[in-house]
Amino acid sequence: MTKYLIRRFLTSLLVILGVATLVFFLLRAVPGDPLGAMLAEVDPTAAEELRRKLGLDQPVYVQYVLWLGRLLQGDMGNSLYGSNVSVSRIIGEAVPRTLSLTFLSTIVALAIALPAGILSALRKNSLVDYFFTFFAFLGLSMPDFWLGVLLIIVFAVNLRWLPAIGYAPLSEGLWPWFSHLLLPAIATGTGFSAIIARMTRSAMLEVLKADYIKVAHAKGLRNQVVILRHALRNALIPVVTVMGIAFALLMSGAVIVENVFAIKGLGRVLIQGILNRDYPLVQGAILLVSTIFVFSNLLVDILYTIIDPRIQYD
Amino acid sequence: MSHSISHPPQRQMDALPQRERSRWLWLNALLRRVPAVAALVVITVIVLAGILAPLVAPYDPNAQEYGFMEAPSVAHWLGTDDLGRDLFSRIVYGARISLFVGVVTVLLSMILGVLLGLLAGYYGGWVDNVIMRYIDLQWAFPNFIIAVYLVAVFGTGLSNVIVAVTLAFLDDFARIVRGMVLSLRTQDFVIASRATGARDLRIMLRHILPNAAAPIIVQATVSISAAILAEAGLSFLGLGVKPSTPTWGLILSDARSFFSRAWWMAVFPGLAITLTVLSINFLGDALRDIFDVREYAD
Repeated sequence: MTKYLIRRFLTSLLVILGVATLVFFLLRAVPGDPLGAMLAEVDPTAAEELRRKLGLDQPVYVQYVLWLGRLLQGDMGNSLYGSNVSVSRIIGEAVPRTLSLTFLSTIVALAIALPAGILSALRKNSLVDYFFTFFAFLGLSMPDFWLGVLLIIVFAVNLRWLPAIGYAPLSEGLWPWFSHLLLPAIATGTGFSAIIARMTRSAMLEVLKADYIKVAHAKGLRNQVVILRHALRNALIPVVTVMGIAFALLMSGAVIVENVFAIKGLGRVLIQGILNRDYPLVQGAILLVSTIFVFSNLLVDILYTIIDPRIQYD
Repeated sequence: MSHSISHPPQRQMDALPQRERSRWLWLNALLRRVPAVAALVVITVIVLAGILAPLVAPYDPNAQEYGFMEAPSVAHWLGTDDLGRDLFSRIVYGARISLFVGVVTVLLSMILGVLLGLLAGYYGGWVDNVIMRYIDLQWAFPNFIIAVYLVAVFGTGLSNVIVAVTLAFLDDFARIVRGMVLSLRTQDFVIASRATGARDLRIMLRHILPNAAAPIIVQATVSISAAILAEAGLSFLGLGVKPSTPTWGLILSDARSFFSRAWWMAVFPGLAITLTVLSINFLGDALRDIFDVREYAD
């Protein structure tokens, strides 16, 4: 197990380094540079000087080694725009926002998906089942940013129950944090919940056929106990398997939904960076999005072993 | 004697090769499924509306000559936007670009992905290694994130979005095809074909590829709906087409400053995306059942 974890950890680092390296070289292979765009017309000598200061006059492989060295010290450079704030600071402020959003989205998704999936399985081919099936398809087909927009129109603009945009850190209290994140979490969590609900349904159907469920019923356990303790626990194993895949959806959802709700998380930082051609910021954001992504997949793999002790890695 | 002409002998019917008769069985099975048929009808309507946009749209999609943000009415079925453009006409024209990008990117990424998968699976060795290490890297991330990364590198705009989405979706095809090739490569009919002196290219294209067609078609359906969503997302974020071009994502994005005054600007373009993607997903689900393709997940 330890050996497996170490190997997986190192592979994960390699994937992140691979992405960072590809992005580094591709950004420099594409014609046109931001400094040229910013300064060349105004003052060519200033552009030259700034380029030298930023090391952009060096060969690309030298830049890469220097960049990698600084990166290992946690230095991701400075933003090219505004007051040239350091990228690490911008990203450091963004990460908790994105993590809060994905965390709450997962909760929302599970809160919808587990009851829906269990009910569908218990009432297979009933009207309830078809209803949830249709909604699962709808949840997967609806753009998350559109759902976000609809939620803003209904709950923020018309009913005025929740704030439409922005973010409040947890330090300002649980309610401000929660109320700002609830609508975006529903917007990102819905597509995620569709996948989980479908998986819960088919896993439950499979498990309910098993002999140990018959035994549990036969020995007179209450239906609720059989379903929640005996069936659900075993049905959760394949569900956790798809969590890893579904998390992909959640992360890409967060990137776009943050922009709908003006939450300055990694997604918004990344998109603003792209729009401004702020390369150091883009590089940093990509690095962090990738890191969160790769390591949450690793976390899901470890989660299997906790839910199902029969699974062993070596 | 005359009826023997109109009713050919049964023997002749049986003489039809097995393949000829079974070729259309899937269509039969498809048409028996109500959701799939409904989805097919919706898709046909949307595609036709897009192709025939100049005939279908009552107004010029870019004419700014009507009232600002007028609610839906008989004259403007879906209302007008903040610049006084007819929303229905913009959404009809939007179908063109959204569907075009969805279909073209998936066709391109299918061709590239199939090619890479064939090469990797068929030749194995270092070819396989080089191709699959890259595919694995891309596979580690969701397609939309890859598309955003690529737009970050190539820059914004419609043609860059097409390139980005094409590249972002090819790993799914490459993995499926490589898996199929690996299992087909050692089958008797492939070995027999090689024994008769068929060249690699012929074996790959004539013998292996047709047998991998079903999962590729199912994947293509899934990918088209995902690609339409990706384009809409990128345009919504301002990374896609240039402003004023009507695409569903951009029309929706235009609505962002006017939530409190003009809900129709936000609701209808999103509805168009959802309806299209929902229909394609229903169709894809039916195809998956019919072709008996298991979901590729690992």
